[in-house]
Order: sequence, then structure tokens, then C-alpha cells
Amino acid sequence: MSPTAATLEPATAAALGAPVPRREGREKVTGAARYAAEQHLPLRAYAWPVPATVARGRITAVDTAGALALPGVLGVLTPYDAPRLGPSDDPTLQLLQDLRVPHRGWYVALAVADTLEGARAAASAVRVTYETEPHDVTLRAGHPGLYTPEEVNGGYPAHREHGDPDGAFEEAPVRVDVRYSVPPLHNHAMEPHAATADWDAERGHLTVYDSCQGTTVVRGVLAGLFGLRADQITVLAEHVGGGFGSKGTPRPHVVLAVMATRYCGRPVTLSLPRRHMAATVGHRAPTLHHLRLGARADGTLTALTHEVTTHTSRVREFVEQAAVPARVMYAVHNSRTTHRVAALDVPTPSWMRAPGEAPGMYALESAMDELADALGMDPVELRVRNDAATEPDGGRPFSSRHLVECLREGARRFGWAGRRPPRREGALLIGAGVAAATYPVYIAPSGARAHARPDGSYLVEVNATDIGTGARTVMAQIAADALRVPLDAVSLSLGNSALPPGPVAGGSTGTASWGWAVHDACTALTDRLARHQGPLPAAGLSASADTTQSAKQKSPYARHAFGAHFAEVQADTVTGEVRVRRLLGVFAAGHILNPRTARSQLIGGMVMGLGMALTEHSGLDPASGDFVERDLAAYHVPTNADVPAIEAHWIDEHDKHLNPMGSKGIGEIGIVGAAAAIGNAVCQATGRRLRELPLTPDRVLAALDAGPEGAGRVAGP
Amino acid sequence: MRPFAYVRATSLQEAADAYAAHPGSRYLGGGTNLVDLMKLGVETPGALIDVSRLPLAEIRELPDGGLRVGATVRNSDLAAHPLVRSRYPLLSRALLAGASGQLRNVATTGGNLLQRTRCGYFQDLSTPCNKREPGSGCGARDGLHRDHAVLGHSEHCIATHPSDMAVALAALDAEVELYGGAGTTRRVAAAEFHRLPGDRPEDDTVIRPGEIVTAVLLPAPAPGAVSLYRKARERASYAFALASVAVVLDLDPGDGRVRRIALAFGGLAHRPWRAAAAEARLTGAVPDPGAVRDAVDAELARARPLRDNAYKLPLARHLACDAIAELTGAHPGSPATP
Repeated sequence: MSPTAATLEPATAAALGAPVPRREGREKVTGAARYAAEQHLPLRAYAWPVPATVARGRITAVDTAGALALPGVLGVLTPYDAPRLGPSDDPTLQLLQDLRVPHRGWYVALAVADTLEGARAAASAVRVTYETEPHDVTLRAGHPGLYTPEEVNGGYPAHREHGDPDGAFEEAPVRVDVRYSVPPLHNHAMEPHAATADWDAERGHLTVYDSCQGTTVVRGVLAGLFGLRADQITVLAEHVGGGFGSKGTPRPHVVLAVMATRYCGRPVTLSLPRRHMAATVGHRAPTLHHLRLGARADGTLTALTHEVTTHTSRVREFVEQAAVPARVMYAVHNSRTTHRVAALDVPTPSWMRAPGEAPGMYALESAMDELADALGMDPVELRVRNDAATEPDGGRPFSSRHLVECLREGARRFGWAGRRPPRREGALLIGAGVAAATYPVYIAPSGARAHARPDGSYLVEVNATDIGTGARTVMAQIAADALRVPLDAVSLSLGNSALPPGPVAGGSTGTASWGWAVHDACTALTDRLARHQGPLPAAGLSASADTTQSAKQKSPYARHAFGAHFAEVQADTVTGEVRVRRLLGVFAAGHILNPRTARSQLIGGMVMGLGMALTEHSGLDPASGDFVERDLAAYHVPTNADVPAIEAHWIDEHDKHLNPMGSKGIGEIGIVGAAAAIGNAVCQATGRRLRELPLTPDRVLAALDAGPEGAGRVAGP
Repeated sequence: MRPFAYVRATSLQEAADAYAAHPGSRYLGGGTNLVDLMKLGVETPGALIDVSRLPLAEIRELPDGGLRVGATVRNSDLAAHPLVRSRYPLLSRALLAGASGQLRNVATTGGNLLQRTRCGYFQDLSTPCNKREPGSGCGARDGLHRDHAVLGHSEHCIATHPSDMAVALAALDAEVELYGGAGTTRRVAAAEFHRLPGDRPEDDTVIRPGEIVTAVLLPAPAPGAVSLYRKARERASYAFALASVAVVLDLDPGDGRVRRIALAFGGLAHRPWRAAAAEARLTGAVPDPGAVRDAVDAELARARPLRDNAYKLPLARHLACDAIAELTGAHPGSPATP
């Protein structure tokens, strides 16, 4: 029986909390770890998709003759002849099913050949003609297509309102009324989306090596699309080179790879070229933010409105829930948090690390900094002043909330107290900034099995996916403690849909969800072993667990992780270049199960936030309808030289209302708020408030040359 | 698959002969740009003639105090060479400001000069580009062109040349040595090696079909001259210049007037932009901040910024004024703030 969420006692044993090195580290650094595209199956063929070159229209003809005439080409699938697919919840997976082109880059054909180069050449020889229609890819505040959706990503209501936010704002003695914008952003995991699919017609079995964040989900979707039973499909993901949300649900590559193997009867690998990824694997939608904060002279918030405008595609509604974190952060009665979205002729946006929180907290925490300026108040103290005792939106008590402790500890470590005024070193302006972070605790049901072998070793089976986070290692730690055995007595099997069903590595849920099942299975096995008399049978002893009941229980508590970022930046008055000198985060995210891999997760998120603040942007060309920055030379993720002295610390929380490990997710909170802290530091350094990300040299220089500003902010007496 | 022949040349003449035997071939140096463009289908050579193993990897001091840099000298080796670091520090700095450590270890001197624009429309076969496909139009002009040219562009092409090294070479009055077959060589001033697009944007340089870059020749530095390379970019490494500047300055120690100045901009045009108008104004003048600013403004008055890239003008002005101020000792103080 699983313990219930209300009565959990966090585990206290040896392996959990230790900085255990990653189990597969040696395999990865020596190149021995095999990824999805590196499965060298006999007679393997290769597929290369053909993207649409118009932004909106209909296909009128596909000429495959030139492609089929090339040597080694096994076939070209088009909407005219591709096999019909079964239903899927995600219409972006209904590939080659009809003639409409909903955005540029939408796949319109698939070439299959003996070799990778042959498939690429065949794809480029396919001639597609279109009937084009006028397209619109440009989001703007007054877009006539804007509407308020029912729900936003995560299942949250799009619109929430409490009290009288407009009246309270008008009456507030100190007010901030500001607008921010965040451009489209791309996940760009190191490993491109790739799959090797192998259809065994004789056995009627499909094996797929997929670069994904969860094989159970991929199996289910493929079963529906291809009319197969789940037990006819095995999806494997032993190693995955990052996902950041873009591999959270199946993407076109895996559907096309399966189509291709069923078509040619040979194993087929499809690895997306980097340049295709912007249009086909999801992106963070651009967001326009309108924030109004009203406060009393002592800093107490009396009004908050956060209105988000964003885009989605014409294929599928996905609404970045950027106003949702404002429902969690600060104690303010009068509030409105709302979203509007326009369906444009753009690729379909999707999850990117901390969807909602990352852009939403950039805007909210920048506005809080502007309010602190307007009040003449220390921004740390302003946040402390407005700390919430209960969740502002729902009124539930927090299971644990240590935002103030994170702010205080961060301020102490960073040397914030007596923050030095902005200063000048030659042409450089130096300043510091702070911002808060939050991320919700989600949990999903998972199964797990544990086996004790006669030789004293243990095998734990859980369909976790280690996308580079260290999940494999942490699962072993959880198992070792629950079994009360040394860590190296435990081996692990994961990344395989034949294992008991497990949820995706997404939403910072993995460790809690899989770990709970591992804990329960191992605890049950320990009990069984304790009752067992004599030597173990040759087959060993097993126990399994399924957390469907316990994980789905609705908690009476609001459960969120919190944190605080502190940044020191320099802005070059000659070039407008901003570089971060120091970035320090303190997080309260339950019990930290592995300090080594946790630190890696947290600083990884912070670096991604640095990119969001300073370097990452993607432009949609209004003329062509295409994303312009489509490789890693043009889409600027931070390099090592951009990453400064960076520190992640944490406050170990003892929260009994989470899961048996007492953990909150840490995969995403590192990015949340980091961009705001950097933007706030740039403001302190330069005296200029820039409200459009990223803070590239052109924008910073223009602001510096324009002189001091005050536009866009309404400050009270 | 697009088949192509591969020829490894062991002498210049063998390379030139291979070129003549394989119409539409390309010389292969480090391949850091050419191979990428082949993968994209932008370059479709019938043959690659590998010149990277030709005996051109030497950096040699010349009797007149200059330096001869072989065409296959790797960017990393050139940047690290003691004579380059001591006599032509701006060249070293320009090289180190470019690409990444891994790329610089592979990229050659000749290949650096011959690399092609990173204009996204040039790299994308599904968009029009007069450089890639003459007569097809320019996707960048109506599209997003934040990174594109403000000087010397034409209705046919607004691309910029991406090299940092070439900007330093233009300011250093370097020459490019070309082998034209049958033992003939010629020299072209580095500042004239790249072209403006005009109505032939497909031709990046003045190189003639089959010619091979064999060396870059650096004249002896003027005694007492000082130099600098500065680059503005979106991240601290592995990013092309939004704008850059190379300055070589020779001041008369007696009256503080400019005996000679060479000023070149990168990231602004289809080629490294030697600022002749600014140089003429400053030669013989005292380079106080006002005079420098006027001279730079006179140069930039020729610019025709586009919708998205007007920021390059103040950026280039700041870079040039600040670099000259640093070289004349007028630092601290920058044009941006008092």
C-alpha cells in the first residue's frame, strides 16, 4: 500500500542526498553510449523529410520522378500516397495526410534511401507545387485574431480575476504600468530529434529507438496512429541528449520513421537536420506582457494585472501560460491574470523549459523591480514584504514556501546587503539585480518493479527516461535506500516501453513520479524479503508498485518550489554588449536527492536563462513566414565564454506533503527568473530599463545613446 | 547523393591542372565553410581539390621586415605566432575574435579569405538569393536583415563578409598572392581582394577562375605605429561581428599629428571597408575626439542603412572613436557617456 500524500515522512538514509556521480558518465564521455540514430541495424535505410517552402496554401502537385530516378532511393512518400494514419490527440502528427500547408516547414514529403546522403539528395529532388494564400506570422498587441482561450498549457484557466484590480490600481498611491516582450525561442537540445524504427512484418512487431522524454507516451501515440496494439510496439530510449520539453510528446520524426520502415520493410533512421527543428519540434511562443502593479507607500501590493498576448499555429492551440505564476507569487487580493492568443500561420509552439514560468516570471519580476524603483525600496525587501502565507489564487496553504529564506540566503552569499551603487570601470557600467523564481510541483502515476537475485544484487525496473538529468543515478539512490542496501548492489533498467508504464521526463515531475513507484516497489520487496525464510529461489523474489492511486490524490496543499537569483552584469558603453559577471541562485525545492546532478540541473537552467536574457532570439520573417535563425551559428545559445562565475545553492526543505523522498522537481526552476535578475542588473548598471528581450548590443546601445528614460512607467507621489 | 571527385594536390601546378580538368571544382582548405555549404546544397562542386597539404603552411619573415603567411597556415597557428603577436597584434586579436577554438584549429588563411557570407537567405535554397542563384532576387532585402550591410550594398545583394581576419589584413595593407597556373603569380591588395556586390553579387572576390591563394604578405610595420582590433557581437565567442574595427595609427611624436592612419570596418559591407574618407581627413590632423568623430561621421555619411540595421552606424562610430581614443591615449571616456 502506498503512503498517502498527507502522511509522508521523508526518507532518511545513506544514498539519498549523496553527490553520487552519474552512472553512465563514462559511457557518455567515451562515446560508447548509443543514441537513437546510432543503432546500426542490418540493412538500415535512411529517411529525410521535405519541408514546405510556402507559409500557407495547398499542395497542387508533387513530382517525385527526379528523386526516384536517383540511385539507392527506396521511395518517396507524399500526401497522395502515404498510408492513412489513425487518430491522435496532436494534429501536428497527422503527417502527409492532406494537402494543406499550415506553415512554412510543414512536412510535405518523405524520401527514403539506402544512405543518409541518398535520402537527402532525393528529398532535395522532390518538386512540390503549391497554391499559395496570403499568410500572417506577425504577432502584435492589437491583432484582430486574438481571443481568450478556455484553458492555457497545464490545464489552467486562461482568465482569473479576484477583487477589483482596476479600481485598486487607480487608487494605488504607487503604480507601475509596463509592457515587456519575449521573442520566440528554441529548445535546441544537443541531440537532434531522431528515431530508428524497425518493423518486423513477420512477428508483427515494431521496435523504435527514439530520442524522446518518455517511451510509454510514444508507444501509445504510435499505436493509435498505426493501428497497432501497445504490445506490438517497443520504444527504447536508453540515452537521450537533452529535450528541454521539445521531446516531451512524440514529434514528427518518429511518426515518419515508422511510416518509412513500414513502407520499405527495413529499419529506417530519421535524424532531423538542425535547420528543420525550428519549424517542426515546437518552440517557445513569443509573449507580449502588460503588467500593472499598484502598491501602498510601504510596498504592500494592492493591485496586480498580468495580461499575456501570444501566438499559436493554425494546426493546434497551445497557449504559453505566462500569467499563471502571478497567481502564486505575491499576496495581493485584487488581481487579474489573463491570456489572449492568435492563431497565425506559424509552426506549432510547445513546451520549452518552464513553459509559462520562464517568460511570465521575466515580466512579473522585472515589474517588481520597477515597482521597487518607484517606491525607492530595496527589491529584496519589496518581495519579502509581499510574501504570501497562502496561495493567492486558490487560498490553499503552501506545503512549504521558503521564498524569503532564498532571498535572504542569496543576498548574504551574493553580498547584496549594502548593494553597491552602480559603478563605472572605464567604458563598463556595472550593476546588480535580483529576481525570484517559482515552479509548481506536479506528479504523475508510474509503475515500477524490483527484483532480488540470489547473488545479493537487485534489479529495479522503471520506465524513467534519463535525458541527461541524472535520473538513472537518482533512481538507483532511491532504490538503494528503500532496499537498505549499498548503491552498487542495485542495477537499473529504464528507457523501455516494455517496462511498467512511466510518465515523461517533463514538468520537473520525473524524479518524484518514477521515484515514488521505485520507493514503493523496493519497500514492498524489502518486506517480502524480511518474511522470506532460507535462500532465495533461483528466479529471485520480486515486488511491483503502481502509484496511480497515491499520485492522483489531490493535495490539500499548494505545492511549489521557490528560489531567488542574483546577477552582476557589465554593460559596455562603446558596444552595448552586456556580459554577466556573476550569477547566483538559491532554491528551496524540497529534499535535494543528489547534490551533484542537482547542481548541474540548476546551473543548466540558469545558463538557459542567461541566454534568454542576452543572446537567444528567433525572428519570423514576415515575407517568407520562416524562422530565420535555424542553426547554432545563428541562434545564439550562450558559449562557455558567456557563462560567468555561476553558483547554485539550496535550502533543504523538509516537506511531508510531497512524496516519500520529500523532493520537488528541479529541472526547470533554474531558468525561472534568471532573465529578470539579469535585466534588473542591466537597469541598475545603465539607468535604462529595457523591456524587450534579449538585451542585445543594438538595443542596449540605443538605450544608452537615448539618455535617461521614464517612459512607460507611471510612478505615484 | 551528389557525387563529386576528390583530388589531393601535391603541388600548385597539380592543383591548377586538376581545376582545369574538373570544371566547377572548388579548392578545399579546412572545409569549415565549404563542407557546410555542400551539405546545404549551396555549393555543388563537381570536384574538391584538396590544397590543404600543399607546402604552404609556413610563416616566414621577409628581408624587408615583412611577413609571408602561407595560405594553409591554420588560423590558430597564425594567431599564436610570436612575430604576429609582437608586430601585428591586431591580426592576432582579429583571428582570436573569430569562430571558435575548434574551427580556428582547422580553418586556413586562404580559406578564411574565401569564406562566404553567412546571410541566412544565401544558405537557404528555398529563398531567393542573387549571390547563390543570380537573377532570383534578394530574400534579405524584404526579409529580416539585422545583420546585413549598411555600406556599399546594391539592389542585388545586402550581404556582409564574415571574416574578422580580412578586416585586419585590409588595415595592415596586406597583399594576397595568387597562383594562376604555369608558374604565374600576381598580388592583390587585401583591401581590394573582396568586391562590392554591384550587379554581380555571385563574385565575392576578384579571384579569377582557377587561381589559388598561396600566401598573404604583410608589409613591415611602421616603427612606432600602434594598432587595435575590436569587435561587437551578440555573445562572447562564436558569433560574427555586428560591427568591428581595425585601426593602425602612426602618430608624429613631435606634434601629435597623424602621420598615417588605416581604418577598416567589418560587418558593415560586402567586404572589409577601408574608411578612405575618414583616413584622408585625419591624416595630418591632431586626432582629438572631435576630429575623430567628424572624420568617422564623414565616412559613415555614405551609409544607406536598411529597416533593421540602422544600429550599425552608431555602433561603428563608437567602435572607431573608442579604438582611436585608446590608441592615442585619450582614454578613459567613451562617446556613449560623458
